[in-house]
Amino acid sequence: MKKSDTVVVSDAYLPKKKTFGKKLRANLPLLIMILPGFIALLLFNYKPIYGLLIAFQDYRPRAGVFGSEWADNFGMANFMELFSNYKFGPVLRNTFTISFLRIIFGWPAPIILALLLNEIRCGWFKKLAQTLTYIPHFFSWVIMAGIFKMLFSTVGPFNMIMGMFGLEPIPFFSDNTAFLVLIIATAVWQGLGSGAIVYIAALAGVDESLYEAAYIDGAGKMKQVFHITIPSIMGTITTVFIMSLSSVLNAGFDQLFNMYNYSVYEVADIIDTYSYTLLMRSEWELGTALGFFKSVVGLVFVLTSNWIIKKISKDEYGIL
Amino acid sequence: MIQRTKGEKVFNVFNYIILSLLALTTLYPFLYTFTISISTKLAADTVGLHILPEWGQITLDPYKLVFRNPEIWTAYGWTLFRTIVGTTLSVFVTCFYGYALSRPNLMWKKFFSTYLMITMIFHGGQIPTFLNIKALGLLNNVWVYILPLLISAYNTIVAKSFFVGIPESLNESAKIDGAGEFRTFFQIIMPLSKPVIMTLALWAAVNHWNSWFDSMLYMTSGKKIVVQQYIQRIVNENNTAAITDFGAGENAAQNLTSETVKSASIMVTVIPILCFYPFVQRFFIKGVTLGAVKG
Repeated sequence: MKKSDTVVVSDAYLPKKKTFGKKLRANLPLLIMILPGFIALLLFNYKPIYGLLIAFQDYRPRAGVFGSEWADNFGMANFMELFSNYKFGPVLRNTFTISFLRIIFGWPAPIILALLLNEIRCGWFKKLAQTLTYIPHFFSWVIMAGIFKMLFSTVGPFNMIMGMFGLEPIPFFSDNTAFLVLIIATAVWQGLGSGAIVYIAALAGVDESLYEAAYIDGAGKMKQVFHITIPSIMGTITTVFIMSLSSVLNAGFDQLFNMYNYSVYEVADIIDTYSYTLLMRSEWELGTALGFFKSVVGLVFVLTSNWIIKKISKDEYGIL
Repeated sequence: MIQRTKGEKVFNVFNYIILSLLALTTLYPFLYTFTISISTKLAADTVGLHILPEWGQITLDPYKLVFRNPEIWTAYGWTLFRTIVGTTLSVFVTCFYGYALSRPNLMWKKFFSTYLMITMIFHGGQIPTFLNIKALGLLNNVWVYILPLLISAYNTIVAKSFFVGIPESLNESAKIDGAGEFRTFFQIIMPLSKPVIMTLALWAAVNHWNSWFDSMLYMTSGKKIVVQQYIQRIVNENNTAAITDFGAGENAAQNLTSETVKSASIMVTVIPILCFYPFVQRFFIKGVTLGAVKG
């Protein structure tokens, strides 16, 4: 009797341990759902990653990535050409300058806006201010650049106001420094409202009783901000910071391409615009090497900053 | 109730002023462009803030000129095509992938999830992407507007984290009633997921509406371009000749400047967004909170 009992138990257990074929059949509908996205990612994300091999090749368009020969110097010839290119240094410097300035000003600005909005008690005003500051996010740089070219031209309204104070008009589109200031200011301005939303959402979750307790303990507004508000959104702040570091070599192609011109090339030509120039000249290997360099540096930046932040916060924050 | 000190009251007043000024800076560029776009040559050439159009100096000639060119109508057509078809398809593909990832019984889940995440941190870059599009035969093909934007890792994760929040019991009861995964998805999950679907659709729609680079790069013949690219040509290459030549010799052209024509072209794509924006803005804000739930 006992023996047959065990048999019954193991029989009841068996059907749960599905064979691969059965598992596949049970999963078929879900796998079909995954399929379109899977193929799209394969064709439009993974194939270009495979195409990065061009950076190590003596690429011939007719032969394709598969049939082309490896480049000289163990495939490093293109990189050696890239690093010794007279354009490489300035382009890298411009990219870093612009994106660092964008991060330095563009990262705290939405936090400040969110903190200011958080102090507003009047419901409709808060909503209106939030709605309006969010608007620029919805327009392409084609449109924004078109508008800025008018607003900041030497005869535009901005320079008219400068003139009213007796100041000389600023040639934003031909002076290097002025152009940089304009690029950074407009980029920060555009990302202000959209960047603030994630913080506003985080602030809405802060327990109101903390403020009351702090008030009773005699903490002023400033102390409350630094000891309650900011610590409670610290997770969001660090996440956004790491994400912004991941785009450290994205100095904003759309913006620069639409706003720059020959007279400010010296400060405005960035990796992406240079890469576009190489594309137009069909210098495939050099351009791909540049893109490869950019991807790797970007990855290193995210992983390092993530690691540092994890170390400092003892694994509390970080995205990976 | 927490009482405010004198310092806080002063701060409050400044806060209102700062935020009001900031809000105005976002409105002003559009007001300026709109005013210029309906101004006569005389009014547009005067230096000023141009917050409101000058009475008696209003003209619709720039718009007439812009719309007289048949090219803008076809460009508009392609923009509408990519916005409508592209958005619909990408929402389905994204939600399918996200839903499958949200199911506890999906096989190779770790693989499918990593496969998606890698695309978020590593890219092929401009030139391999261009050569790939070329190799796929998508140059001068309108599907190049749709297919590469079918799925994005970030949106899929937003969808997934929403689906995970739907009680599993709903799925189980549907299964007991004999519904398969597809039926459960369309009849039970989708109706419950309206907020996230709306958010994803709006993100995709804005992205499609504003895209111009793919049009510039992949439509090498210069045909089948989208309206943003059409504007880019006018504004960026400082090439109003393309449209002003069209109306040359007519009396209307005398009342135009390149500024007013540019402004009118810009307003043509700005106005639809400004009209929709107030009604759909809340979905964008909701979307950010949805995305923040799980990174």
